[in-house]
Amino acid sequence: MEEPAGWRPPWETARAAGRSGAPADDGSRDPGQPPWHFRRHGPGRWSWASGPLRRPREDRLVGGVAAAIAAKIGRDVTTVRIILVVAAVLTGGFVAAAYVVAWMLIPMAGTEHNLARKALADRRGLALVAGLWSVLIVVRILASAFKAGWLGSLIFPLAIAGAGLVLIWRNAPEDEQAMMRRQAQPLLGLTTRSRRTGLILRLTVAVILLAGGIAALGSAHENIALLQPLAGVALLISAIVVLLGPWWLRIARDLVVERQARVRAEERADIASRVHDSVLQTLALIQRRADQPQQVVALARAQERELRSWLFDGRPPGSIGDQAMTLAGGVRLIQQDVEAQHGVAVEVVLVGDCPLDDDLTALLAAAREATVNAAKWSGASVISIFAEVEPAEVSVFVRDRGKGFDPETVPADRKGLAESVRARMARRGGKAAIRSAPGEGTEVSLTMRRNVTEASQA
Amino acid sequence: MSDTRPRVFIVDDHGLFRSGVRSELGHDVEVVGEADDVAPAIAGIHECLPDVVLLDVHLPGGGGQAVVTALKPEHPEVRFLALSASDAPEDVIAVIRAGARGYVTKTISGAELVDAVHRVAAGDVVFSPRLAGFVLDAFASGSGPGQQQPSLDPELDQLTGREREVLRLIARGYTYKEIARELFISVKTVETHVSSVLRKLQLSTRHQLARWATERRLA
Repeated sequence: MEEPAGWRPPWETARAAGRSGAPADDGSRDPGQPPWHFRRHGPGRWSWASGPLRRPREDRLVGGVAAAIAAKIGRDVTTVRIILVVAAVLTGGFVAAAYVVAWMLIPMAGTEHNLARKALADRRGLALVAGLWSVLIVVRILASAFKAGWLGSLIFPLAIAGAGLVLIWRNAPEDEQAMMRRQAQPLLGLTTRSRRTGLILRLTVAVILLAGGIAALGSAHENIALLQPLAGVALLISAIVVLLGPWWLRIARDLVVERQARVRAEERADIASRVHDSVLQTLALIQRRADQPQQVVALARAQERELRSWLFDGRPPGSIGDQAMTLAGGVRLIQQDVEAQHGVAVEVVLVGDCPLDDDLTALLAAAREATVNAAKWSGASVISIFAEVEPAEVSVFVRDRGKGFDPETVPADRKGLAESVRARMARRGGKAAIRSAPGEGTEVSLTMRRNVTEASQA
Repeated sequence: MSDTRPRVFIVDDHGLFRSGVRSELGHDVEVVGEADDVAPAIAGIHECLPDVVLLDVHLPGGGGQAVVTALKPEHPEVRFLALSASDAPEDVIAVIRAGARGYVTKTISGAELVDAVHRVAAGDVVFSPRLAGFVLDAFASGSGPGQQQPSLDPELDQLTGREREVLRLIARGYTYKEIARELFISVKTVETHVSSVLRKLQLSTRHQLARWATERRLA
């Protein structure tokens, strides 16, 4: 029970390197990565860091470009960010577009290649960009028709930034995508929070736009004749929608499909890594120990139990944490440990369950000692544990059908067991009895009275 | 062992497991047929009327109890022994309540399986330690001091002290012979106790049993 929550057989400790799949959501850091954000110097001093320009994995708000620049020129990240935002507003978005381009051009820390290189080979991504641009061109035409010049001037940076983001999203390596997804979570939350909130949001936006549009029309064009080009524009829009609409729809659907495929791929990777950690490892061990049938049986049993608790109880392999809070969990832990360490099958039958207290922990410790002892000395291939929780007391029986011994002529080592188990139980007010005969196996019976408060809870 | 070899029918959806059981049973029993799902099992058993059906608790087309339920009224002489790798008590109890005469886990050894088949063929009941644990668990929930619901039929709805003792010893891994020695009774009496427990398990309508199953499923 003193094992940490993520208990694994000792042979599995060297396994971490082979792990595949699972996105790096634990913030895993590249070991060779320099600590970028510690490179802070006094204000006003420019000290150019040596080494190539790289976007760090941590300490990033969007793409990590600001952090990369800050690290390179030896300035504070926050200063660089403020400058970038101000510049983006002043230049009408061009700096924002440049940011996205830099995002694509500067490789991430620990990698050699930038995203642009991969993006150029991404045909579907480029098709998406073309689709996006076609939408923007329509908007541009509309903007000029409505004489909304400010919108027209925004189009160009918008086109660059949008295209860049689409390509980055499609081509970023898995870990960077996971980071981006985490950053986008609060924004996506708006659409997924609930249907009702989404509807209200959409209605609000639509009403504002509508009101704005009507107000603009009403104030600018009092002469009804001026509305004629508007009808023309409306015709033009519908023509374009009829022409390009299906294509846009397909692109939108592609994006959805892409997203679903990604979710499926992640689920697959998760299952694959779990199966790798548990089943494949065990199969490999079984092959290596094919000449030791007992060990093979024990391994197969341990694996079977783990897999079963994963499939039917939803408990991920290798985690027992919460189990050991109850008597049943403690007994299963004994079963797992003894099977793994001594290559003996342990059959467990449990009746009832209750939370552990100090007395019951002592009971479990005695049961563990009895089980380990049976595994070591009895020579039996199966040990049975029966644990029963009754309103007034808890009993555990550990039985083997091995050599057994004559209690009158006990060898010193077994006497030691008997004494220590008995003493352990007696200290907590419990009882222990050991029954054995040569050739008939051994049974250790342990009984502990339950605390009144707990008995009333049950 | 009995003088005639029992005729056995195997129902399991894994071909590999069926052939494994076939070879483990060896020549002590006669395997008269096998099936991999509910419908073919019902048809096959109907046709060859075996003494014992080794029945997997989990089958794709509705589970083992569907087979028992379909055949029991017409062929009460066919006996079912549930066989499963499943740890889920409610599934096992469901098959037993449908009419199976016993339950053993798939990890059972070949010799023990042969023995179990012979005992079921002879009309006995086969309780594995795990089933004994399930039954104790199922009947324990109503026997404590906190029992609220008065049972309609106390004779059916509760285990006697002796039955409880016998079940406990089975759960501890004792054989019938060892139990008889332990309790100073005959093996025949042990068998009687176990049969009576099985009858209670199958006939009891007590709320606790149903509630226990649902609670287990939720847990």
